[in-house]
Amino acid sequence: MAVELSSEEVLHVARLARLELGAEESTSAARQLSAILEHVDAVRALDLGGIPPTSHPLELVNVLRDDVERPCLDRADVLAGAPAVEDGRFAVPRILGEAP
Amino acid sequence: MSWSGGPHGAPEPGAVGLAARVRAGEVRAADVAEETLERVGRRDGELHCFNVVTADAMRSAAAAVDRLVASGADPGPLAGVPVAVKDNLCTRGVPTTCSSKMLEHWVPPYDATVVTRLVAAGALVVGKTNLDEFAMGSSTENSAFGPTRNPWDTSRVPGGSSGGSAAAVAADLAPLALGSDTGGSIRQPAALCGVVGIKPTYGLVSRYGLVAFASSLDQVGPFAATVADAALVLEVIAGHDEMDSTSLDRPVEGLLDATGSGAGGLRVGVVADFLADASADCASAVRAAAEVLAGAGAAVEEVALPELLHGLSAYYLIAPAEASSNLARYDGVRYGLRVDGDDVEQMNARTRAAGFGPEVRRRIMLGTYVLSAGYYDAYYAQAQRVRTLVARTFARAYERFDVLLAPTTPSVAFPLGAKTADPLEMYLADLFTIPSNLAGHPAMSVPFALDPQGLPVGVQVLAPALGEVAMLRAAGVLEAGAAPGARGPVASRSEAGR
Repeated sequence: MAVELSSEEVLHVARLARLELGAEESTSAARQLSAILEHVDAVRALDLGGIPPTSHPLELVNVLRDDVERPCLDRADVLAGAPAVEDGRFAVPRILGEAP
Repeated sequence: MSWSGGPHGAPEPGAVGLAARVRAGEVRAADVAEETLERVGRRDGELHCFNVVTADAMRSAAAAVDRLVASGADPGPLAGVPVAVKDNLCTRGVPTTCSSKMLEHWVPPYDATVVTRLVAAGALVVGKTNLDEFAMGSSTENSAFGPTRNPWDTSRVPGGSSGGSAAAVAADLAPLALGSDTGGSIRQPAALCGVVGIKPTYGLVSRYGLVAFASSLDQVGPFAATVADAALVLEVIAGHDEMDSTSLDRPVEGLLDATGSGAGGLRVGVVADFLADASADCASAVRAAAEVLAGAGAAVEEVALPELLHGLSAYYLIAPAEASSNLARYDGVRYGLRVDGDDVEQMNARTRAAGFGPEVRRRIMLGTYVLSAGYYDAYYAQAQRVRTLVARTFARAYERFDVLLAPTTPSVAFPLGAKTADPLEMYLADLFTIPSNLAGHPAMSVPFALDPQGLPVGVQVLAPALGEVAMLRAAGVLEAGAAPGARGPVASRSEAGR
């Protein structure tokens, strides 16, 4: 089962992943990703009918801590790492368009 | 160095011995700190183990330990012992870069639990060590700040992704280091640098403050020059942490004692399938290690576990899938780099293109692809079934064996640049280490032999979940039976030759 990703598919994936990608890089990425997928394709050929998937090594149950107030990180400390801050909040570029 | 044995021939070498001498007041932590910083200053320009050296904090921590000793208080089991910390573990007030331009200037507002526990035990943090960007790689060449070099041969890689930590211990810049292991990132560099490296059972050590790569696989663990030192660090950092919801609530004891209790009666399976895929030198080291264990009273036999070799393919679907999700947080908003754009989506995309290096971008795209509509079942769900297959294969083996013995790596340290052109070639370096991550099991690399070029060869001991005691018993015996000169530190030898 040969896997061949087109540069259009790679550009689509890059958009989903929020990665700006030039035309040149999309061609080389398509080649490299195809090679990796071709190698890992062996797993698709395995007959694993009846074997359930494992998502995590532990038998996880939801963990809740006691409902007791305690200090959390200081707001100023947390915001100190942000690229842009306004009025004690994270600042982002405009998300919604102008109202019509 | 102080930890290599004192002038009066201290009985215990390594960190265990150094801590004992500091606790007894025979060695001042302040002197250890100065000696360490001097050594780092002399050697690290060439090796680049460290992204940052925290000299002032180290001196303050040393002074605090000395004050505790003088006052008669207990300074902790790692009193005055220098430790290097991988730069993907958060350190309050000290940059934590993950060797990425994305986090080049990020300063965390809190310490990782493992760092808190080391400091509370009296250890002296030397600085933050270089890694493959976001721990993705097997050579430390994917660092945005330049590669680390292998102290045994500076034209070669130290392995990765925890290459800076492994090389720091191998070069005697610190007797202890912390790393993280998602698919082999502690064990593989440990093998290539001739030091001990442990990946503990998933959940044994808190991941709070470890920058996430693939959360169902990531685990923090120690590097050291000796098995006993590594076990001591593990005793200090292991144990339940309510800040990590995947932390196991189990007592951790007897690890250090296990390293000296022999391998009598231990049932050891040698993973035959791995031997065929390893270089002749790596395979023969495993056969010699099997003989050492048999000579120490272990029952040793070969076992065929071919399903484990499917782990690599499953890993390179699962880990990128988890990474693509975990690394979504680097969006130019809450921390790290921002590159402006016309709107928020363009700002996100430009920031991520500028902040992430080629391997990280590749894995994010791979992970996004295998999770995307139409491919999820064929790739991701199938890889998760392989994960079950690997776990069942191990379970079958551990009905008959207490531990498994295998090569850590397919080859010894390779030259810088040898595998950078072909991502797949680099991925194969993790072939023998990945299955333990998929199953959540402990495994460790022990320096055991030298190849004909004088490069170190590690052997790997694998155990079932929470099987650290059996694993460390075997490791202690292997260390005692290792070839002379097979383990670091190597600095003193190369310097003596000058």
